[in-house]
Amino acid sequence: MTNLTDLVFILVVVIDFFLLASSRLGAAIRAVATQGALLAALPLLLLEGGHQVGHVLLLAAGALAIKGALIPWLMFRAIREASIRREMEPIVGFVPSMVLGGIGVALAFAFSSRLPLPGGEAHPYLVPTALSTVWAGMLLVVSRKKAVNQVLGFLVLENGVYVFGLLLTGIMPVMVEAGVLLDLFAAVFVMGIVMFHINREFASLDTEKLSALKD
Amino acid sequence: MNAPMVLRTALHVVALLVLPPLLLGVINRVKSIVGGRRGPPLLQPYLDLAKLLRKGAVYSRTTTWVFRAGPVIGLAATASAGVLLSMGGAPAPIAFAGDFVLFAYLLGLGRFFTALAALDTGSSFEGMGAAREVTFASLAEPALFLCLLVLARATGSLSLSGMLGPDLDAAWSSAAPGLLLAAIGLFVVALAECSRIPVDDPNTHLELTMIHEVMVLDHGGPDLALILYGAAMKLFLFGALLSRLVLGHGAGALASEALFLLGVLAFAVAVGVVESVMARLRIVRVPQLLVGASVLSAFALVLLLR
Repeated sequence: MTNLTDLVFILVVVIDFFLLASSRLGAAIRAVATQGALLAALPLLLLEGGHQVGHVLLLAAGALAIKGALIPWLMFRAIREASIRREMEPIVGFVPSMVLGGIGVALAFAFSSRLPLPGGEAHPYLVPTALSTVWAGMLLVVSRKKAVNQVLGFLVLENGVYVFGLLLTGIMPVMVEAGVLLDLFAAVFVMGIVMFHINREFASLDTEKLSALKD
Repeated sequence: MNAPMVLRTALHVVALLVLPPLLLGVINRVKSIVGGRRGPPLLQPYLDLAKLLRKGAVYSRTTTWVFRAGPVIGLAATASAGVLLSMGGAPAPIAFAGDFVLFAYLLGLGRFFTALAALDTGSSFEGMGAAREVTFASLAEPALFLCLLVLARATGSLSLSGMLGPDLDAAWSSAAPGLLLAAIGLFVVALAECSRIPVDDPNTHLELTMIHEVMVLDHGGPDLALILYGAAMKLFLFGALLSRLVLGHGAGALASEALFLLGVLAFAVAVGVVESVMARLRIVRVPQLLVGASVLSAFALVLLLR
């Protein structure tokens, strides 16, 4: 069991790298969906005695439905409506962002054991994976020009926060987590509407054009 | 050295010298089958080499001794690198602490002289090929070194024989994810170093996109044979490295030799399948692929260092 959990954590980080490197939006959305589905499996893999099984099952099912199915479907709809296929010129290039991601991951793995954590580590890779994923998501948000990619970055960032939250599955009530998932869904929904408006006003989803606004 | 050891070392050298063109034959056969053709016979590369060796050489008057030395040094460096690599069950004929650095730089020396011979022709076209080859090699090298460092860290040995030796089997049970990532990185490096698709297409002669083939365009006859043979041997070396890294040892000498040969053949089939299902990447995307391989290997190293 522990090897399978290792593999899931490592796949999550490898998907981070893939996202930093890929220019195809369709592939990126599929990667984020896969990451979400992998994350949904994590609460089950980390399940120990003492947790409420129903709570954990609910959490996994909710994450799978929202992160793995609903949000990717919304994103695919968004890129179909806006008829865009790929990120052409990001602010930070694909190679530098991959290298930055690699440095972030290395630092996360090197220093995460120094963090004071509530209740000890559930798994040695949990905290570094969470930190790396947050870092990759932040990089995506600040370094891409297309709004769809920035939303994907936000989703990855949230995935990282979710992994960190797994530390607290024993403590956190189910309502809080359901609320977080709902928030995420609502945020993506709102961003979809915003993207629709950007697209209609500027005939493109390039957020650079927003800085040329005049009254 | 006792008798079995001598026998196995001899076997090692014979395998290194005889098998490489067979890998090219296997790759071509796999590509033909996937493409729905019957394809050339498996031993066609040997026939090609024999044909080239029977021909005479033509040298341009603008070239110097460097042009003639290029293919010879390229092949000699690759073969010397092969002696350092442990194959089958036996440790390598030559092994010392830190020989993986020599292994990487012998490959580098071969490439350096091939590029120098290309520059020596004075043709701007070949110069372009040399520039591309060297650029991509400089990106592939960190990935190769990171993979070897992962191996060194996992087995606690600084020699290739130790890295690919019995300690590796124990390392797989404790550090499997890291070694798997390193193997993936090494496969990408192998594709780039041996100029296969998706980095370079060994069959095309389309001017804008070729890399390795441009450099050897002015070589003919025996020189071209040496270059083709050297390229095949390089492929065999990477196949041997990956086969040992992924499959490890069998029980007993004979079993591990068989496992090794099987692994090298599987590598050739894998390369053939990759070449059949993928198109060549645009040249600007190649650095991305190689940096990706480096980052994966660095991640593997981070996992092991923890």
